[in-house]
Amino acid sequence: MQSGEHSGVKKALEKAGAYGPDVNLDNYEVGSSDVEKISSLQDVDEELKKTMIDVGVTTDDENRDGSIMFINNGMSHCSNKAEEGVELLSLREALDKYDWVKDYYWNAMDPEKDKFTAKTFLEDSDGYFIRVKKGYKAKNPVQTCMLIKSKNTMQNVHNIVIVEEDASLEIITGCTTDKHAMNALHIGVSEIYVKDGGSLSFSMIHNWGSDTVVRPRTTTILGKDAHYVNNYVILNPVGTLQSAPTTYLNGEGASCIYNTICLSHEGSEIDTGGTVIMNAPNTSAEIMSRSINQGGNIIARGRLVGNCPGVKAHLECRSIVLKDGGITLAIPELESSVADVEMTHEAAVGKIARDQIEYLMSRGLNEDEAVGMIVRGFLVGSIKGLPKNLEKEIDDAIEKSNLGN
Amino acid sequence: MLRIENLHVEAGGREILKGVSLEVKEGETCVLFGPNGSGKSTLLAAIMGYGHCTVTSGKIYFKGTDITDMEVDERAKLGIGMMMQRPPNVVGVKLGDLVKVTAGNDSSILDKAGEFRMENFLERDINVGFSGGEIKRSELLQLTAQKPDFVLLDEPESGVDLESIDLIGKKVHNLLYEKKCKCENSKCSRHVSALVITHTGQILDYIGADKGYVLQNGVIRCSGRPTDLLKDIRERGYKECITCRAVNIQE
Repeated sequence: MQSGEHSGVKKALEKAGAYGPDVNLDNYEVGSSDVEKISSLQDVDEELKKTMIDVGVTTDDENRDGSIMFINNGMSHCSNKAEEGVELLSLREALDKYDWVKDYYWNAMDPEKDKFTAKTFLEDSDGYFIRVKKGYKAKNPVQTCMLIKSKNTMQNVHNIVIVEEDASLEIITGCTTDKHAMNALHIGVSEIYVKDGGSLSFSMIHNWGSDTVVRPRTTTILGKDAHYVNNYVILNPVGTLQSAPTTYLNGEGASCIYNTICLSHEGSEIDTGGTVIMNAPNTSAEIMSRSINQGGNIIARGRLVGNCPGVKAHLECRSIVLKDGGITLAIPELESSVADVEMTHEAAVGKIARDQIEYLMSRGLNEDEAVGMIVRGFLVGSIKGLPKNLEKEIDDAIEKSNLGN
Repeated sequence: MLRIENLHVEAGGREILKGVSLEVKEGETCVLFGPNGSGKSTLLAAIMGYGHCTVTSGKIYFKGTDITDMEVDERAKLGIGMMMQRPPNVVGVKLGDLVKVTAGNDSSILDKAGEFRMENFLERDINVGFSGGEIKRSELLQLTAQKPDFVLLDEPESGVDLESIDLIGKKVHNLLYEKKCKCENSKCSRHVSALVITHTGQILDYIGADKGYVLQNGVIRCSGRPTDLLKDIRERGYKECITCRAVNIQE
């Protein structure tokens, strides 16, 4: 890199994120990309296996069309059972293999967005590359696991996902830290492209350490009649997490659903949400945010922007507050630049109604069980289309959280 | 089975029950009559232990234990079950999940949903968008899973069409009489005890009732044979019933 080159991006290294507390990148050491290669996920030790299962990553090959694992900043594992239709590579491999990948590289995402994208750009970070070929409908999900294994480490990965015309895929991505690497920073830049008629369900489960700093940056672009579901789940304590993915519905008839399920613990600072920008006629979007606050700080954002006639969109931010001491803030926003749109929002913050708890208790459930059942229903039951395996993760986390107290 | 002594209960900052005493013996079904607002539902809610009712004085004994200050779930575990008139919506919680948990995680209970015409409701959020009859059938399915020794039935026939009344009546009958007595006497005919609120008396076509109480303005004004009380109320209204007939069958 010559001096003067990318001066705008270098300048952006000073640019704090639009939301969330600022982070001093100098406090972290860029994670190594020279990592041990794991040929089979079954070979990982039992402790790590458990960590992975907690974020929805299975270590046997069952029910998965492929698996990718990153440890710190290097790809440690990549296996693929659906090579006929799905391509799984590291981003660097993909850039070497195909000249056209550069058209998708830093295209959806502006590296000058903030210091996190700038750092990832300047580090020329690696990440995963997932491509589903035109017309291919993957039967099982592809899973990716992003693990931070060393303390004081910055994981800054850059991922590209391309779902080609009329293809479909489900991705489950689990991001987690080894228990010895709590003080860490995770930056994940993801550029996702769903072409005309394509469909992608992208579920992200986060399980970090109680002082991990998390700053994902995701942009998705949808073509005509493309469909995208983004499920985001965080149920365990985290230091500070700020995430505000943006999806552009650029093709007519495209649709998008964001589901956020979040449990905020004492000491956790969580700022999540999403923006959907509807740039084509007859596009639709739904943002559903469900959070439980157990004494942490939580901001649930949602922003819908309608720029074309025939747009239909709905946004819901609902939060149950179980404990005093934290702050719960719901920020639903609707913006329209044309008349022919139908955009609505609902927001609600409050406790669980006592009569609901007692009603379940009158069937013999104790208070913890009753609250747990209502919370589970609130988080999972009211969101449609959530993958079954996520429900189990959520059940486990609810059980661990001792919600009735 | 259940004994209530001089019970005073407040709800919404107002004294609703002003010294109620009554008894439901083992295997007995008692009926509670009374005009709207007389405190019938509050009495049932206080027996179940719902938090919106505060017992200011008096005692509730169940199976010989003082349950006046007991949590709702402890009362349920002791054997009390309740069919609410207007149970709350529980968004996100599936009826089937609650029924299964109530039956001690026994999924075979779900096979019975068809008998209650609730097989298509197991995946629905509890009570959300349920009609009057659907709520009653859902409550009865839950109680069947719970197998209580004593049931509180708050207007089991209200808001229900004629066809459903027959089903609900039969299911209430089963709830009271199917559970076998646990005692050693094989000829024992004791069954589940109940305290039932009814305005129309329709439910009495399906269950035998042993004793009736008339509650008015927070106190028991009268007790007697349920059919006699109902006849008087039908003919002369509550006012007449209370002034003219103070039949007191305090055995």
